Amino acid sequence: MKILVCISSVPDTTSKINFTADNTQFDTTGVQFVINPNDEFGLTRAMWFKEKQGAVVHVATVGDQSVEPTMRKALAIGADEGIRVDATPTDGLFVASQLAEIVKNGGYDLVIAGRESIDYNGGMVPGMMAAMLKMNFVNTCISLEVEGNKATALREIDGGKEKIETSLPLIIGGQKGLVEESDLRIPNMRGIMMARQKKLNVIPAADAKQGSHEIKFERPAPKGEVKMIDAENLDDLIDLLHNEAKVI
Amino acid sequence: MSVLVYTESEKGKFKKNAFEVASYAKAIADTTGTEVTAVAFHAEDAETLGNYGVSRVLLVKEDALDTFNARAYASVLAEAARQESASVIVVSSSTDAKYMAGILAGDLEAGYATNVVAGPESVSPLVVKRTAFSNKGFMFTELKSERNIIGVSSNAFGTHESKVDCSVETFSPNLGDDQFGTKSVEIDKVVGKATIADADVVVSGGRGLKGPENWGMIEELADVLGAATACSKPVSDLGWRPHGEHVGQTGKPVASNLYIAIGISGAIQHLAGVSASKVKVVINTDPEAPFFKAADYGVVGDAFEVVPKLTEKLKEFKAQNA
Ligand SMILES: Cc1cc2nc3c(=O)[nH]c(=O)nc-3n(C[C@H](O)[C@H](O)[C@H](O)COP(=O)(O)OP(=O)(O)OC[C@H]3O[C@@H](n4cnc5c(N)ncnc54)[C@H](O)[C@@H]3O)c2cc1C
Ligand SMILES: Nc1ncnc2c1ncn2[C@@H]1O[C@H](COP(=O)(O)O)[C@@H](O)[C@H]1O
Repeated sequence: MKILVCISSVPDTTSKINFTADNTQFDTTGVQFVINPNDEFGLTRAMWFKEKQGAVVHVATVGDQSVEPTMRKALAIGADEGIRVDATPTDGLFVASQLAEIVKNGGYDLVIAGRESIDYNGGMVPGMMAAMLKMNFVNTCISLEVEGNKATALREIDGGKEKIETSLPLIIGGQKGLVEESDLRIPNMRGIMMARQKKLNVIPAADAKQGSHEIKFERPAPKGEVKMIDAENLDDLIDLLHNEAKVI
Repeated sequence: MSVLVYTESEKGKFKKNAFEVASYAKAIADTTGTEVTAVAFHAEDAETLGNYGVSRVLLVKEDALDTFNARAYASVLAEAARQESASVIVVSSSTDAKYMAGILAGDLEAGYATNVVAGPESVSPLVVKRTAFSNKGFMFTELKSERNIIGVSSNAFGTHESKVDCSVETFSPNLGDDQFGTKSVEIDKVVGKATIADADVVVSGGRGLKGPENWGMIEELADVLGAATACSKPVSDLGWRPHGEHVGQTGKPVASNLYIAIGISGAIQHLAGVSASKVKVVINTDPEAPFFKAADYGVVGDAFEVVPKLTEKLKEFKAQNA
């Protein structure tokens, strides 16, 4: 089985988010970039397929040179080879087109992407790829087993889960649950050394449409003061929630 | 030309978000002088959409589309969009809608903006405001394809009544076997209980509750409020609660009217996922807990004393205000 894991490089979850140049750009000063958490769960599941079922695992990203450390980390965790499309990921449609091109040319059986990237929270790239490639697709995937050509997946739905039977070639939008939190791997010294020898191919972007673009950013309005209520006077809380906040 | 809207239903009844997306579509149609056409699957009272500005309903009754299938539903929407020459398609932010709309966007090579939190900034060009960076920022996105998809955040735009004449017609899509490459074999879902995605109130517990055996009081409080229950990430990692209840940046987003956080410290990853909730109440023993800075109302106290008391008082309140 040949697996492609799509990796987006995103600000670490603890990052403070600021904007520059009249709020038209995201300020990356001091921001640490990491593998998108949803992709990290997917990559870890891919490592399981590699170790238990002999799968070959490639990782791919669309981004400029600044994302290379994130890709090296993915290789250090154990992916066999990396591909970077040398382009700014302008919007979902553009990114999905680039990744679809890689999948077409690489003959992958399983494409693991994340439910969403935690920076722009688009949640659209894997679905778009599935449509472009006419591949089966399971989103919000929380468990995946593959036997030969058959795949069984669990997907999270609002208020529960759904079991899905499908077949390869398949794309999933993965998230926590795909593997347990405790299964996530921190690259060790050996992995880091080996990653240096691994191929990270840089390829130019294919011609592709773009469906949207960002005009500007805005910071959330500052929050008002919290009103503290004495634990002995919970009637006050109920009164405030009913008469002031009007939520009960 | 029309504005197309995907109105979701469950067991034949429209979900609340169906009226939200219809209201949103109507707002666009009003500014462009067009009408709203809805696509609904197996809905019983399709014409009720007329109360929210929908002039026509394309009702799909195919047996094969009885249960949600993202690939097949996307094909139906794509076919309807082409037939109606729709330039804008409005969908909700439910898990199913997001699943379907990504595929639809690929089919139509459409620009797609998700998590949209306000009516359009402008209609020509089409610019919408959406959350990004897990609620740590907003961004204004211009959609510039021939057809564009807007995914509306739940509870953000609201429902707006706007009564119009509504006609319902059966829509028979062209579907092939290749649309059914994924098969739903089992659905395991709590029935009759609010879900985090659509509940008005969410009651959430953190590691401060000490163990899974103490969730009874969380559930009782949630019951009185008709609320969904949720938890912080470590609580689901520890197996105290199911993964589906984990909220935050890497879990489910919460956009309820009221979010009650009990024994949750308020780490940045947790706050990022819940700050879209309109009103936040925090109950914590530690007056220095970071969550108080992000809260509207705070109670410093032991959850094991405060929560049962609050539940009792809410019961009395509900009885009086019923
Ligand atoms: C990459 C990454 C992603 C993450 N994503 C998420 C996410 O999506 N969601 C999320 O929640 N977390 C997430 N986290 C974890 C986050 O950083 C915090 O560790 C977590 O939110 C803490 O959970 P908690 O508040 O339940 O526990 P704690 O931090 O242990 O807090 C427990 C709180 O309970 C209070 N308390 C103790 N006893 C009582 C009592 N008797 N009554 C009342 N209060 C009491 C304490 O004062 C304390 O404030 C993420 C972390 C990382 C690194
Ligand atoms: N620039 C990118 N490079 C590679 N994969 C990406 C990129 N952007 C998004 N993806 C993949 O698509 C998933 C969903 O991203 P998004 O649609 O941007 O929320 C991510 O979890 C990644 O797996």
